Amino acid sequence: METIDTNLSKTQETESSEIHHSHEEEHHGNFWTKYIFSYDHKTIAKQYLISGIFWAIIGGSMSVIFRLQLGFPDADLTFLKPLFGRWITEAGKLDQEFYLALVTMHGTIMVFFVLTAGLSGTFSNFLIPLQIGARDMASGFMNMLSYWFFFAASVVMFASLFIETGPASGSWVAYPPLSALPQAMSGSGLGMTLWLVSMALFIVSTLLGGINYITTVVNLRTKGMSFSKLPLTIWAFFLTAIIGLLSFPVLLSAALLLIFDRSFGTSFYLSDIYIGGEALMNTGGSPILYQHLFWFLGHPEVYIVLLPALGITSEVIATNSRKPIFGYTAMILSMLGIAFLSFIVWAHHMFVTGMNPFLGSVFMFLTLIIAVPSAVKTFNYLTTLWRGNLVFTPAMLFSIGLVSLFVSGGLTGIILGNAALDIQLHDTYFVVAHFHLVMGAASFFGMLAGVYHWFPKMFGRMINEKLGYVHFWMTFVGIYAVFFPMHYVGIAGFPRRYYTWTNFDTFNIFTDLNMFISAAAIITVSAQFIFVFNFFYSIFFGRKAPKNPWKSNTLEWTTPINLGHGNWVGPIPTVYRWPYDYSKTGAKEDFIPQTVPYSETPESNTKRENELAKQEDTFYKK
Amino acid sequence: MIILIAIAIVLVLGILFGVIYRILTLTDIAQKRQVGEQDIDISNNVNALLFGLLFFIGFGAFGWYSITTTDMYILPVASEHGVRTDGLFWFTMAIITTALVLVHIVLFFSPLMFRYQKNRRAHWFPHDNKMELIWTIIPAIVLAGLVVRGWFIWDDITQPAPKERVEVEVMGRQFSWQVRYGGKDGEIGRYDFRKIDAINSMGMDFKNDPKNLDDFTPREIHIPKGKPVLLKIRARDVLHSVFLPHFRVKMDAVPGMPTSFWFTPTKTTKEMRQETGNEKFNYELACTEICGSGHFAMRMIVVVDEPEDYKKWYAEQTPWVEMNADYMKETYPDLRLANNY
Ligand code: HEM
Ligand SMILES: [Cu+2]
Ligand SMILES: [Cu+2]
Repeated sequence: METIDTNLSKTQETESSEIHHSHEEEHHGNFWTKYIFSYDHKTIAKQYLISGIFWAIIGGSMSVIFRLQLGFPDADLTFLKPLFGRWITEAGKLDQEFYLALVTMHGTIMVFFVLTAGLSGTFSNFLIPLQIGARDMASGFMNMLSYWFFFAASVVMFASLFIETGPASGSWVAYPPLSALPQAMSGSGLGMTLWLVSMALFIVSTLLGGINYITTVVNLRTKGMSFSKLPLTIWAFFLTAIIGLLSFPVLLSAALLLIFDRSFGTSFYLSDIYIGGEALMNTGGSPILYQHLFWFLGHPEVYIVLLPALGITSEVIATNSRKPIFGYTAMILSMLGIAFLSFIVWAHHMFVTGMNPFLGSVFMFLTLIIAVPSAVKTFNYLTTLWRGNLVFTPAMLFSIGLVSLFVSGGLTGIILGNAALDIQLHDTYFVVAHFHLVMGAASFFGMLAGVYHWFPKMFGRMINEKLGYVHFWMTFVGIYAVFFPMHYVGIAGFPRRYYTWTNFDTFNIFTDLNMFISAAAIITVSAQFIFVFNFFYSIFFGRKAPKNPWKSNTLEWTTPINLGHGNWVGPIPTVYRWPYDYSKTGAKEDFIPQTVPYSETPESNTKRENELAKQEDTFYKK
Repeated sequence: MIILIAIAIVLVLGILFGVIYRILTLTDIAQKRQVGEQDIDISNNVNALLFGLLFFIGFGAFGWYSITTTDMYILPVASEHGVRTDGLFWFTMAIITTALVLVHIVLFFSPLMFRYQKNRRAHWFPHDNKMELIWTIIPAIVLAGLVVRGWFIWDDITQPAPKERVEVEVMGRQFSWQVRYGGKDGEIGRYDFRKIDAINSMGMDFKNDPKNLDDFTPREIHIPKGKPVLLKIRARDVLHSVFLPHFRVKMDAVPGMPTSFWFTPTKTTKEMRQETGNEKFNYELACTEICGSGHFAMRMIVVVDEPEDYKKWYAEQTPWVEMNADYMKETYPDLRLANNY
């Protein structure tokens, strides 16, 4: 990583855009172009963030409502009638189908709208240009389009909550034939159509965003910023965008075929069906085909939400441990490994679909391989903390929390990835516990860590850290209180997507535990409002932020506190070193920003770096 | 009204938080703390301490609950392969629990040991290839072991069913299960989804297959202890999934694509009643693939009999067609004769 950059030619583009931008700086435009249809990556990032928070509140509240049903099945919910109308029955109970609609919307919203758009959309947009030293994204226009496609997807999904027949309710995976046949459940009518339209718009948005992230990272790095000097955040966003670009189109094709089956009488997924008193004419289709297509996206999607969170964590842990991230190269290699392997494990979701058992063996092998790079990442985080000088900012707490959740959830993946064990556990609460910890909570923690860490850069003010501590501890303990007990429920065999378990003798236990889970869920979700308050209040009334509040090395902290379009006033800084020179032996301060040349730090240079220092003149000053 | 109350609550909470926020900010200013200053203050120590505390509380609760409630979360197992998968499950569980504890010792005590001190410096330690190699190889070996053990079991479970077996057809529909046995000849007749109607709900194809004539469709599943049982699984409307928790059996029911699963039950219902001390114990069949509003209610009772009892029960069943004589006419008379019906 100490080699001097060989792709200096890349920087020419930056030069020319510099000139271009210094002109643009003057004419800021009106309210509409500045805040609404803005091209500025920072504004777009904030738009994503605030949309994400909006959706998180909705998705979280939904989980509270269906947890009420599961934890307090006898409770009288008549008080919710003004909000839900006929979805609450006369007896004050949740309608059975409405329960499924809530679960479906909760899953869809959390996975796609909060943790894909809200996380990747926010931080890829915000950090890529700032950390690689670019004035903006490669195409501001496409970036703006990306957000507004997402907005349109949001509007359609939101509207579907209010229609007569209810929103889609065949679960977030939307397996046909259930999702294909309006006769099968009322949510498979208009609600499902809107779900598909919304997802199609969403995919367009993701692709527009992803192309931009990739192009920007490849082309717009500042002078000296070779790939081997990129912060791990950028590596993570970059790989995430590539995964998204390769997998989302497959989901689109799955959705398109489903649309054909629903509306144009084709039989891609339908065969031999008797429903609603008649035999349908469809033959020859396969519901399993849909599952293959869906999980070809669905599994990489897990890493699409997780990798950015891990990238953010790497950055936050290194900074607040005052210590270089351990095994920078190993971190990149394991992310590359995960990115590659994530494409060839999808069928572990399908062990008991009747798929060929030999395929099951293959996918079981590949799935367990992916645990290796994940383990490497974990050990590297631990070693980074070890013998550090740890500062517990709220961001740091959430990052440590992420590592814990990632491990707790990841380890049970070793069980579920084993086809022989998945027979019993598939579609039980064990799975719900597993993926909420490893993907839901872990990514959510990454997102929160990012917000706390870069809040000063986003809004020029500090977010209150005491409230942040309270928020963290309530959330961390709360998440474990909600999801850890679900393992027991799952081992006992409780199936997921059940409105109630009381029909079965086998599952008519654990009423206390389910009550406990629901109470914990209510508290955990409520605690998020501390954050919501802190966030919005601090935007306006937080203490003014200093330029580099966490004494961090990366480029974004060299920009002015309140940064305008174009990010840097004057030329973009040049990068001389990797981003993790924290507490370097011999150095005066415990951090050396990337913009400090080796020639200025003879006291801490290694032999090799001293040599590089000599070459700096020729390489950087042309 | 509700809306007014909601707004009032939000307002009150908002003001409350606002006041707390101001107080916190003012104390910071009063202590002359610089914005974002990374000096040790009480919070840094408190946070570090809380991680240590959480370790004991968390793992304490984990251990306590796991030990005291075993009879609730461990389902007694009643099939041959289930004993093996359970063995592998708890073996894997032991490994990952160990890993969980070890990782959390480092993760939750590092904060305490290495919390910020003004006069200390973090240790410069950017990489070490030997360590990286070690912790790549060790997990790889452990995982390889688990994969291999899993393969052996998986392979045995998914072998074709033995010739000597009991066959039961299980069909999922919104929102119940229906089962069918081969009757006297032991062979289950052909079906066709186009033949389904309100009465012939499994679509038995009498016209083309006289083997249907002796098939019976009981309300409960009966299977004999100690004999391989092959479930022939199908669905007639949407996906369902056959789940027999005590037998560790699960297989999706897919419209248009028949699936199957075979297993050997090892305990009769009566034996299980003794073992669990529950006089009312019954094996149950549940659905584990979302199939619509009644998904949670697709229950069927499974009874495991001693082989003699099973034979007796089997012989007592009346063929479906005898109760629905109209359908008999569909079969061509000569086919009927040729097959001794
Ligand atoms: C405290 C917050 C949360 C609670 C209490 C919660 C609770 C639950 C529960 C109990 C279920 C299972 C419902 C059922 O099967 O009947 C569920 C489903 C799900 N949740 Fe969450 N959840 C929370 C946050 C999240 C987050 C952050 C994610 C992001 C990945 C997420 C993603 C999902 C998904 C994908 C499903 C499956 C939906 C389906 O089956 O179609 N949840 N949630
Ligand atoms: Cu997967
Ligand atoms: Cu079902």
